[in-house]
Amino acid sequence: MAGRELQKSLTGEGLACRRGERLVFQGVAFALAPGGALLLGGPNGSGKTSLLRLMAGLAPPEYGAIAWDGVAIAEDLAAHRARLHYIGHQEAVKLALTAEENLAFWTQMRGAADAIETALRRIRLDARATWPVRYLSAGERKRLGLARLLASPAALWLLDEPTTSLDAESTEILLAAIAEHRRAGGCVAVATHASLPLPGAQHLSLTGHTTWRQA
Amino acid sequence: MSGFAALLTRDLRLAFRQGGDVANVVAFFALAVILFPFGVGPDPDLLARIAAGVLWVTALLAALLSLERLFDADFQDGSLEALSLMPVPLEIQVLAKCAAHWLTTGLPLTIIAPLLALVLHFDAAGYPALIAALLLGTPVLSLIGAIGAALTLGARRAGVLLSLLVLPLYIPVLIFGVAASEAAALGLESRPHLLLLAALLAGSLALAPWATAAALRQALE
Repeated sequence: MAGRELQKSLTGEGLACRRGERLVFQGVAFALAPGGALLLGGPNGSGKTSLLRLMAGLAPPEYGAIAWDGVAIAEDLAAHRARLHYIGHQEAVKLALTAEENLAFWTQMRGAADAIETALRRIRLDARATWPVRYLSAGERKRLGLARLLASPAALWLLDEPTTSLDAESTEILLAAIAEHRRAGGCVAVATHASLPLPGAQHLSLTGHTTWRQA
Repeated sequence: MSGFAALLTRDLRLAFRQGGDVANVVAFFALAVILFPFGVGPDPDLLARIAAGVLWVTALLAALLSLERLFDADFQDGSLEALSLMPVPLEIQVLAKCAAHWLTTGLPLTIIAPLLALVLHFDAAGYPALIAALLLGTPVLSLIGAIGAALTLGARRAGVLLSLLVLPLYIPVLIFGVAASEAAALGLESRPHLLLLAALLAGSLALAPWATAAALRQALE
């Protein structure tokens, strides 16, 4: 079941996004095949995060449509949510809970709870699993956020600046996880300023040419 | 269902780890009620007559005090965005958060209210009705309050706006809550008022999660 689900693709065409009165981008298209990777580049404010949010179904595009395996994601947002991991630039961790409790919560919400120890070991947080997150460093909190990717399976990974405050070793672990995910037929879209060595990745550069919408 | 339990457990755990929140609400309730004998004088008859009203108005304000942080902490640290992307319907998540809010405010208020009623010389015959009315009414405060908390999410000075939005909606709960408690104290039938409170609870259980979830989606767009 999970294997079949992973063999699907995400496509978008003619996408435009509006934030307030500002047209952030328009005419953006992409196609993300099983095993594919998409690197979103562009200057600050060019709409990388906005595009990831559209892909996640957090907001509807102003124009255009995003489809999963040919079916618009807006038709069944619940099914779309079940197949994606969205890791925003905020870690969404609770400082008063331990690393383990934080991760267990997010995996339980997705209906899985067995891979927590493995995930914590892979991101090298197993020794600090019972520490309240308050006592973890910024990089460790970031790793804890990314551990959600490893703790429950999802076909589509949407990562917003995943390498911010990560050390070299942790970045390697993340890249290895992405490679493994793609080998299994999953796809990943990453918004980043860093040059991530993702073999065979497509680059989508958002130019940041923003136009003011006529009233 | 497991999503509901996970979110409820997380919120309760957070409330007890950051214990101050529950204690603040209870302390505010107790202090505000105890102010009344100082304000209106120690006449037992007068205090007994206003006891139900004082307890309800103060409980209402105490519940309001804690509403602001119902969604705000999750909104600030990105958890709300992540929650909205979970396969659990947002309406169910809202119910879980309201349940946690009630268990950490409404229930402690209901437990301490009879003690404070004693301070106000509330008639002994009224206690069962007072407790029953609080048990039925305080969950409505959490549910209606959640709509206001979601609508004012991200607004500046959200606390004031929230009070203006939510307090008028609390009036029906106040009317029937006080009526039930007073009727019993005067030896009258309190059942009709309690039934109306139960109807308010049923109505807000069905409607508030939808309205709140819609407001949350709006805030996240």
